[in-house]
Amino acid sequence: MQHLGYGVLAYDVAHLLGGAALVASFVLLYQRRIPALINTYAAQGIILAAAAAWQGHVQHAAHLYVTAALTLFAKGAIIPVLLHRIVRALDIRRTIETALGVFPSMVLGVVLVALAIEVVLPTTLGAATLAREDLAFALSVVLLGLLMMITRRTAITQVIGFLSMENGLILAAVGVAGMPLVVEISGAFLVLAIFFVFGVFVFRIRERFDSLDVSHLDRVGEAPR
Amino acid sequence: MIHDLATTAGAAILLPLFAALVLGLVPSWRVGAIVNAVAATLTFAVVAFLPASIGQTGPLLLVDRLAVHLSLLTAFVAMTASWFSTAYVRVEVSQRRLNKARLRQYHAMFQLFCGALLAVLLSNNLGITWVAIEAATIAAALVIGLPRTAHAVEASWKFFVLCGAGIALALFGTTVLYLAALPALGPGLKAMSWTGLRQAAPTCDGAVLNLAFVFLLLGYGTKAALAPLHAWMPDAHAEGPTPMSAILSGSVLNVALFVILRLRGVMKANHAAIDPAFPLVALGLLSVLLAAFSLWPRRDVKRFFSYSSVEHAGVAAFAFGIGGPAATFAGLLHMTVHTLTKSATFQCVGRAAQMKGGQRFADITGLMSNHRALGLSLAACVIALAGLPPFGLFSSEFLVALAAVRASPWLAAVLLAGLVIAAWVQIARLQSLCLGPATADPGPVPPHAALVPVWLHLALVLALGLAMPGAVFAWFTSIAQATP
Repeated sequence: MQHLGYGVLAYDVAHLLGGAALVASFVLLYQRRIPALINTYAAQGIILAAAAAWQGHVQHAAHLYVTAALTLFAKGAIIPVLLHRIVRALDIRRTIETALGVFPSMVLGVVLVALAIEVVLPTTLGAATLAREDLAFALSVVLLGLLMMITRRTAITQVIGFLSMENGLILAAVGVAGMPLVVEISGAFLVLAIFFVFGVFVFRIRERFDSLDVSHLDRVGEAPR
Repeated sequence: MIHDLATTAGAAILLPLFAALVLGLVPSWRVGAIVNAVAATLTFAVVAFLPASIGQTGPLLLVDRLAVHLSLLTAFVAMTASWFSTAYVRVEVSQRRLNKARLRQYHAMFQLFCGALLAVLLSNNLGITWVAIEAATIAAALVIGLPRTAHAVEASWKFFVLCGAGIALALFGTTVLYLAALPALGPGLKAMSWTGLRQAAPTCDGAVLNLAFVFLLLGYGTKAALAPLHAWMPDAHAEGPTPMSAILSGSVLNVALFVILRLRGVMKANHAAIDPAFPLVALGLLSVLLAAFSLWPRRDVKRFFSYSSVEHAGVAAFAFGIGGPAATFAGLLHMTVHTLTKSATFQCVGRAAQMKGGQRFADITGLMSNHRALGLSLAACVIALAGLPPFGLFSSEFLVALAAVRASPWLAAVLLAGLVIAAWVQIARLQSLCLGPATADPGPVPPHAALVPVWLHLALVLALGLAMPGAVFAWFTSIAQATP
């Protein structure tokens, strides 16, 4: 696929979808209310499903359609619905507590995207253009997800940070031509994601700590019991 | 591909997974505990036949000496931990620290965890390796949170978040590694296999390999608890059930270091790629030093020994960083004896904590005065962990230091400083645990028979330290020489 470049439909659509996933990551970063955050995550899931389906079309790889269907079903519908239910059940629709303000985290986000591009593009000169740029997008989404896990205090926002990081990983995996086991890996990741979501619920973090504020986790340590 | 699984290696992986399924359906915890022990013993019996299938290579499985050695070690430790677990859960249930209904989950996850670890060791495919590591993470997180105390839930969540982020980075590294092998091998399973990567490594683009290495090292380094990525480990050990600590401490670290070791071979085969020596040596030294200085303020016994695991993982990573057959030999020996010693230590500590009704140093003192056998066994374990003769850790640390002196005397000086400080703290703690006035024993006193697995481990460590049989020496040498 070396001939792919600007003006070729396969390339442009993949580029557009990768870019859209990245924009969704930025939206996640500045979103202040939890229900809106979940909806943005669902949107990112749908974009990812479209990206996987498009790659399936471009690479003539039927298994990527399976990944796309899995993604659409789980990330576009099931996980967001579960998260909404948790928010309702635990009554945590309030604004998000951040360890770092929105403006500094946006600036940091831009720096991370620059870093991802600076790291991926020069090192992968030998690879196909499409794979390279998809990888840069994917790494940006991964790093923004990590940033969100670090700068958000509540467990549920950390979970969404993790889930969006996972979206970046699947974006990377579908973008590389003919990567085997993508379906298996995305399936395994879904299991992990669902455990994460249920982690909030099953562990009843609110019940235990009176709030979902994970800064309470500092209590684990040497404090006398 | 199915042919791959219809072998001894496939059976070794599938047996624990099948046992997990069965255990998930057994409602009685007493039966579950026995089935768990039987399954772990059978798994070890199957793994004991693995040396006969060395050389088996397929799209899914790769059985070489390194993998067989670590599988034997993992299955052995899992077996003795499962024996220990049957008595452990009985006490925990009678003291109402573990809920009977949750033990079904505990036993099923125990087996899933062991199966996943064996799958990592025997897999020839980085995708499967990754999925297995992920399954092991889920299983371990569920077990750690089982006591359902606030502390256990917090530890489990922390483990989940940190290891989840770690393995996510590892998957990105896996994707990039595949991208690196793509031009040489073409699309398909081969470009994700260790055998394919080893063959394609010299012609891969060095820069892409570097990118992959950074992410894989961060990801699997988190599971190997190398400082500064070790934050999950002390909490997980201190709060989770003790049999889990016994396997977590040795086997998870080994399995993650094993992946890093395989990766080292791929990186070394490419001249344009960075030398993995520097990052491994740096992370290893940092782990040793950080653990040495973190040991002193610990008041919780299990937390104390988990920092000691960080130290020993650091020593092994350091040895693998130095490279060459001598250092690899030393690192492998170190991994082996540390795993055996540490799981014996956790078994002793678990018994002592149940007997004394607490796991702080303040709760457990003077073991030697009333419980001589337990006190002496724990003392032997701690002396071994401190790296004192006549145990195997002395030999392995000596060999690591020797290899370090040959590579760079300054590195050896830093390493030895860390080891000496850690040994000093451990001996100081040993005195408070085993000597002095005894605290009361509100819990049940373990019978001598309960210490048999501990003695078995210690005998092996002693044999490896004092008089390593020629065949074992040849075995370690052949692994070290075959591991680039």
